[in-house]
Amino acid sequence: MTETSDRIEQDAARDFTGSRRTHVEFRGIKKSYDGQTLVVKDLDLSIRAGEFVTLLGPSGSGKTTILMMLAGFQPPTAGEILLDGNPIHDLPARKRGIGMVFQNYALFPHMSVGANLAFPLEVRGIRAEERRERVERALGLVRLEGFADRRPGQLSGGQQQRVAIARALVFEPSLVLMDEPLGALDRSLRDEMQYEIRHIHQALGVTIVYVTHDQQEAMVMSDRIAVLRDGIIEQLAVPEGLYEEPESAFVARFIGESNQLRGRVCAISEEGDVCDVETDGEVLSALKVGRCQVGDQVTLSIRPERIKINPAAGRYTNEVDAVVEDLTFLGEQLRIRLAACGREDFIATIPNIVGHGGLVKGDSIRIGWTVIDCRALNHEEFGL
Amino acid sequence: MAGSLRFPVDPHRRTQLRALALVAPLVIYIGVTFIAPLGTMLTRSVYDPVVADVLPETLELLEQWDGRTLPSEAVFAAAAAEIRRAAAARSLGQVAGRVNRVQGGLRSAVTRTARELRDIEAGPWRESMTAIDSVWADPATWHAIQVTGERFTARHYANALDLQRLPDGSLAPQPVERRIYLKLFWRTLLVSTVITLLCLILGYPVAHLIARSPTGRANWLLILVLVPFWTSLLVRTTSWIVLLQTQGVLNDLLVAIGLVSDDGRVAMVYNMTGTIVAMTHVLLPFMVLPLYSVMRGIPPTYMNAAASLGATPVQAFLRVYWPQSLPGVGAGALLVFILAIGFYITPALVGGSDGQLISNMIAYHMQTSLNWGLAAALGGVLLVGVIVLYVVYERLVGVERMGLG
Repeated sequence: MTETSDRIEQDAARDFTGSRRTHVEFRGIKKSYDGQTLVVKDLDLSIRAGEFVTLLGPSGSGKTTILMMLAGFQPPTAGEILLDGNPIHDLPARKRGIGMVFQNYALFPHMSVGANLAFPLEVRGIRAEERRERVERALGLVRLEGFADRRPGQLSGGQQQRVAIARALVFEPSLVLMDEPLGALDRSLRDEMQYEIRHIHQALGVTIVYVTHDQQEAMVMSDRIAVLRDGIIEQLAVPEGLYEEPESAFVARFIGESNQLRGRVCAISEEGDVCDVETDGEVLSALKVGRCQVGDQVTLSIRPERIKINPAAGRYTNEVDAVVEDLTFLGEQLRIRLAACGREDFIATIPNIVGHGGLVKGDSIRIGWTVIDCRALNHEEFGL
Repeated sequence: MAGSLRFPVDPHRRTQLRALALVAPLVIYIGVTFIAPLGTMLTRSVYDPVVADVLPETLELLEQWDGRTLPSEAVFAAAAAEIRRAAAARSLGQVAGRVNRVQGGLRSAVTRTARELRDIEAGPWRESMTAIDSVWADPATWHAIQVTGERFTARHYANALDLQRLPDGSLAPQPVERRIYLKLFWRTLLVSTVITLLCLILGYPVAHLIARSPTGRANWLLILVLVPFWTSLLVRTTSWIVLLQTQGVLNDLLVAIGLVSDDGRVAMVYNMTGTIVAMTHVLLPFMVLPLYSVMRGIPPTYMNAAASLGATPVQAFLRVYWPQSLPGVGAGALLVFILAIGFYITPALVGGSDGQLISNMIAYHMQTSLNWGLAAALGGVLLVGVIVLYVVYERLVGVERMGLG
């Protein structure tokens, strides 16, 4: 355990460029639209100045609602939101000074790109001369110099997206919210924009709260990711932390891929960090992550790429028999579907260095993995 | 010959033909019920053969007339013969009516002349006719015959624009007491503008409310807007009389709460107020519907975006919402304005004397004075006015931007 978490903390220190000052704070925020079901349940979250925090979750997890409350378009049902230590939840959106990039850009179609960018400056009463200068600078930031006279409708999706970002930044807010801004773009454009947003974030040092359902997008850009599910933050961590140390079966499934096995704890080590779990006749050693006692149901999570095929005997604590069910060639890696631990869909991936590694469908093999790569998580009760 | 072999029937073309056949009934219907009557009416406004057909010889001889002195004996002889013939054929009445519109009093003079000419066998016709009625000694009479004798004429249009043709052929404004139509045109334009503005002021918030409502509620509200269409226009208009008349509901209410005294009841109907109130009500849906359809297409995120950029609600409305709703405003305003300009029933019922519009005058000439030529010319002026407005509007806003759908 210590080995990975050390690495994660180092990574966090390296990646996080902001200060330690708290910029945004949610305290006990609840939100209900109909007065009965809570879309956001008791949210506590503090975001530091200059940080890039992503709210990641499937649709209906409450991530957009949180953003709307922060932007000022939805009042929280309970709790308070602080910006630089001042409560803002009663302030109208226009007085919060928060930049926002909307899902469908929301560029004003009847105004030129330049007029769109000048709009926030105009309503703030900034002189025409300075306006022009700042619009020009903002367009330069998103590499759209010379586009000021075009109409949004004449631009491509990616260009519109950049205009939307420039407009959210042009009045120099210290906090910028982005609501699935790349959802409408195709894959390659999205990759490019992710890099660009990351670059802008580092160049300007603004705090960004980003909402997405795309875990890869979250991983690429974020300092920290809050994984949301049913209005609750399941886990808040740096990207590596989420991947390496998921604290729930949901996070393990949602971030990357994971083989999940159901089992019962049959022993816990003296130090309390390792437990033996019996699953379908096999006894596997796992990191004890969830709060569990002997006899409790747990969910084991094993990443496919951490599984070794035919390891030297005795090299790994956990070794089981498996039968190759299916092989899929994915270019840089090989995806192997195995029948193992009583399951038919146990997945292992191996790098494509040695071709198929001599494996063919129907082979009986041994597979193994370390204790560190096998996490015993609280058993998940679905539908809660 | 071999054409069909080299070019087999294009299936696409057949589809087109079938589509055309399906559209044909409507095209024919519009042709019969709209274009043909419109064409006939517009023709009537410039083409009137009645006098020319009845008095051909007189008119031909009048061409040599100098226009100031009395016409020659030949002209009188031809006129006497043709008047007698027309009286026998019972077509003199139409001629008398037309001449009378140019020069008042001629109708009775012509009829009397025809009656007395029956007993006169031979000339000199000049003496006989001037003896029967002194109007025949007046060059203006002959001038009137000349004017009405033109088959193709602009006199109806001149009339419709309060112009008169002087004996020397030039156009001049009618004397003040005979100017009717220009004033009426202006009043119609003014009233239509007021009604359009009222409809916009009343309809805009309603359309916005409906556009922002969830679909279910929006449908209910739309039905409420459309309910007036399910009631006869006549019923709706007369119910305004019930509400607005001096002994009506509204006045009773005002008296009851003491706002006006019993003998100080407000005249709200049979005048311009009645016309404006009732027409605004009748035309309101035509404003709400195009506005609604345009507003429905403005995503609410625009207002959120404006707010997040620091705009006050007023700024957001003026800079972001209003400009985007303009196509709907244009479509609704044009629709209401054009309908108002030609509105007939409502002003006829609740307009009284000073709430009448140009269409009521057209109806008067169609039904009472039977001067169809003038009625057609008034309609033609109206049509041109609307087309001019449309073109101006098209230049300003652009029809392709107009949200009629």
